[in-house]
Amino acid sequence: MSITDQSKIRNFCIVAHIDHGKSTLADRIIEQTGLLTSREMQAQILDNMDLERERGITIKAQTVRIVYQAKDGNEYIFNLIDTPGHVDFNYEVSRSLAACDGAILVVDAAQGIEAQTLANVYLALDHDLDVFPVINKIDLPSAEPERVKNEIEDVIGIEAQDAPLISAKNGIGIEDVLEAIVEKIPAPGGSPDNPLQALIFDSVYDSYKGVIVFCRIKEGRVKKGTKIKMMATGAAAEVVEVGYFGAGQFIPCDELTAGMVGYLTASIKNVKDTAVGDTVTDVNNPCAEPLPGYKKVNSMVYCGMYPADGAKYPDLRDALEKLKLNDASLNYEPETSIALGFGFRCGFLGLLHLEIIQERLEREYNLDLVTTAPGVIYRVYKTNGEMIELTNPSNLPDPSEIDYMEEPVVSAEIMVTTEFIGPIMQLCQERRGRYTSTEYIEASRALLKYDLPLNEIIYDFFDALKSRSRGYASFDYELKGYEQSKLVKLDILINHDEVDALSFIVHADSAYERGRRMCEKLKDEIPRHLFEIPIQAAVGGKIIARETVKAMRKDVLAKCYGGDITRKKKLLEKQKEGKKRMRQVGNVEIPQSAFMSVLKLDDN
Amino acid sequence: MRNLSIYIHIPFCVRKCFYCDFLSGPACDGEMESYVNLLLREIEKQSIFYGDHRVVSIFLGGGTPSLLPAWETGRILERVREDFALAENAEITIECNPGTVTAEKLENYITYGINRLSIGLQSTDDGELARIGRIHDYASFLETYRLAREAGFRNINIDLMAGLPGQSLASYRKTLERVAALSPEHISAYSLILEEETPLYVNRESYTFPNEEEDREMYELTGRYLGEAGFQRYEISNYAREGWECRHNKVYWRRGDYVGFGLGASSMVQNVRWKNPEEHAAYAACVEKMEADALKRMADITETETDRAARMEKSSLQGMDFAEMLRQTDRREVQELTLQEQMEEFMFLGLRLTEGVDLQEFQRYFGKTAEEIYGKQISSFTEQGLLEQEGRRLRLTPRGVDVSNAVFAAFLF
Repeated sequence: MSITDQSKIRNFCIVAHIDHGKSTLADRIIEQTGLLTSREMQAQILDNMDLERERGITIKAQTVRIVYQAKDGNEYIFNLIDTPGHVDFNYEVSRSLAACDGAILVVDAAQGIEAQTLANVYLALDHDLDVFPVINKIDLPSAEPERVKNEIEDVIGIEAQDAPLISAKNGIGIEDVLEAIVEKIPAPGGSPDNPLQALIFDSVYDSYKGVIVFCRIKEGRVKKGTKIKMMATGAAAEVVEVGYFGAGQFIPCDELTAGMVGYLTASIKNVKDTAVGDTVTDVNNPCAEPLPGYKKVNSMVYCGMYPADGAKYPDLRDALEKLKLNDASLNYEPETSIALGFGFRCGFLGLLHLEIIQERLEREYNLDLVTTAPGVIYRVYKTNGEMIELTNPSNLPDPSEIDYMEEPVVSAEIMVTTEFIGPIMQLCQERRGRYTSTEYIEASRALLKYDLPLNEIIYDFFDALKSRSRGYASFDYELKGYEQSKLVKLDILINHDEVDALSFIVHADSAYERGRRMCEKLKDEIPRHLFEIPIQAAVGGKIIARETVKAMRKDVLAKCYGGDITRKKKLLEKQKEGKKRMRQVGNVEIPQSAFMSVLKLDDN
Repeated sequence: MRNLSIYIHIPFCVRKCFYCDFLSGPACDGEMESYVNLLLREIEKQSIFYGDHRVVSIFLGGGTPSLLPAWETGRILERVREDFALAENAEITIECNPGTVTAEKLENYITYGINRLSIGLQSTDDGELARIGRIHDYASFLETYRLAREAGFRNINIDLMAGLPGQSLASYRKTLERVAALSPEHISAYSLILEEETPLYVNRESYTFPNEEEDREMYELTGRYLGEAGFQRYEISNYAREGWECRHNKVYWRRGDYVGFGLGASSMVQNVRWKNPEEHAAYAACVEKMEADALKRMADITETETDRAARMEKSSLQGMDFAEMLRQTDRREVQELTLQEQMEEFMFLGLRLTEGVDLQEFQRYFGKTAEEIYGKQISSFTEQGLLEQEGRRLRLTPRGVDVSNAVFAAFLF
């Protein structure tokens, strides 16, 4: 590719609420710009992890460069940066947005604005992006494009009357979108003659090339041989290759200059060195300051992950190592549980991130995992003035050494139709929410704002929210900070033995209720043994709830089928196999499902 | 001469009972005849391997073997007598259902040498019988029982079931009382097991079954009541007057050699287990292969050996690859039991018997003490009150019987 005219570049992303058609629109744009034939298109080009396609969400940012022949006779370069679509990945979203100059806001013509629509639009506006809306799914019988246009103008305050009316699914109105991109999204600024200043918005590990850094060149130029430095991590390397993003492939080029979006490789072995949000500069001609907005991403949710088969521990370690190469936000360190043996305490951005890692470990690495209840990071202030960040409940110091504890709190926004305000407010109260405000978006919809302890929303809050609003509520949050709280460690004793993997931290007021439900749940999960098994919940050595698994009364095979001993033995073998898959605590066999079942205690 | 037992499977019945997942189904006379023809061919060809065996028991099971016309039963037993050495006092049992036998048929049975009758009664409550799809009522059982005694049967077993839908402890006690009063020699009392895909299992939601507690009370009542009435429990589900235990049944638990003939029949001879095919066509093909195999062997025998004694020696399992022959003739699940598997079976089969297992015999047989192999299990279960030891005999306690599967499973490697 020859030197590109900066005024003919458009760097943009698409923002939307989940399911409003972001990925489908991305596919159509790629398709209609002619770089790909329909045959080459997989169902959704940009979501290329199986998991993403199955869940219909984008986990990692994907980027593609396409060429568009506009009606004005000029050829434009579009860099479409597809951003992750979940609150867990908000920081990644913000860095992807920072790599863009404008955004297309996709709004579902039937559903209108949702919580994530707002969150994402505000995020885009915060990054000074020029946002223009498109109304999608106009072919749905329930589509109300006029109402939605008005809603966009009223609520977000951006011009929407000339918004393209499209159906991404059926390819209606895509041409209008492409023209709008040319008209409404500004060309990138910056000068190739300034010192290099490039924003890292993603990176992937490739076993041949090492880390491939996705970046937006804000100022200057970079090419093979440039000695670069990451300003935050301090890592330095010599560029081996630069290029841009073809459809599903990396296409090398000679140079990347200001305004361009592309990749570089520099024999970097670890994604840790190429943190998202960091600034790349030229060692020999450094820029004065890094780009704003970099922050170190911290894990918000922790849980223990153990191989179901203890012998698979090295496999789990290797798998985590490999995933970590591609996912700087995944943390893990080895830990040992009396009940579960050797495993890892893993840190995640949120519950979705946790679930994704868990599924990838199980599917791509064929591991059978036992996961303990996810928890947040608590700050424990000890009487000796020391503060520890607690990620594993088992490590809670003795109560006598604890001065006080703090837990993370988030600011949450819940978009809900007015008829469900009552149940949702009740849910937030139950989860120790602190009411901030209600804003009416329109007569029938409101935005509820609450401060909620993070540990109250990581388990099943989203499910509860959906079920209590018949699926109508949507939800977004960001970390607000730490607040002092009355927290206790809830222990579970099975047949009088404490099961470390079942302990968790809970607010003192909910301890009894949680303990009771845990015991009930475990009672159903633990099979009857030859003896009676008490299941107890305890706080600080005091029993607060108890259930009993009665002794097995009958387990006998009366009949023998004409000397068919083999059949009989198969039954016994099945019984023995079943036992093998369980975890032994004392002389009680606990099925692995018991460790997971306690994660879902809200059965409303 | 080694002892051998023979099981013969008759896969026919008037109609399937709702709890039954055995290999059986309705058939017409023609089908029965052609099945018996196959059976006879199998018995004849297989007999060449057992020239050095003496048959101590025969069991005609099903299905409902009494559905066969009497002459068919006669043909089968005649074939066995001709091809096998039958012990003089051999126990020969046929299973029958009330209403499927006449006085004449029963007399014929006696003539063929059948000396034990096993009658499937299950319950004396007509409502309970109807709910599980039995074809008879209590009255027709009484008639069959009377006819059997009149025909001269001196050894009769009655099958009973506990845990039936709608059954109460009171109705079960009534059944026990009535049956004990008839004074049969043997009673089998099974707990109903809901087998998947049976009508009873499929429609299980629409029945009321006794709960586990009641089921166990029925079991305890059986032992207590029948004990008082002069029947001793000698196996988990089997009770007999002294000296009338079922010899054939005990062969299974004591791991004696037995060979099964017919569709899906199981066998174990000299620590090799196998099964016949379960589909009719596959079974027929299997019999063809047996014939071809036997033809080769017989040719070999007749060419080289002339006198009978020498031929007898040749017609045995000695020196041949038995398991290989079974595989080549289409037998299923052929398994040469390893020493460990033999130990497992010794324990989990032997422990079903009230007398338990003889640990000395274990040592004689395996060259290692039971404690060396199963020390942990024996001491842990003894501690939990599930096993007990008297001298060198190890057996289940009453509580151990209730949860015997859990105990048995622990003896598997």
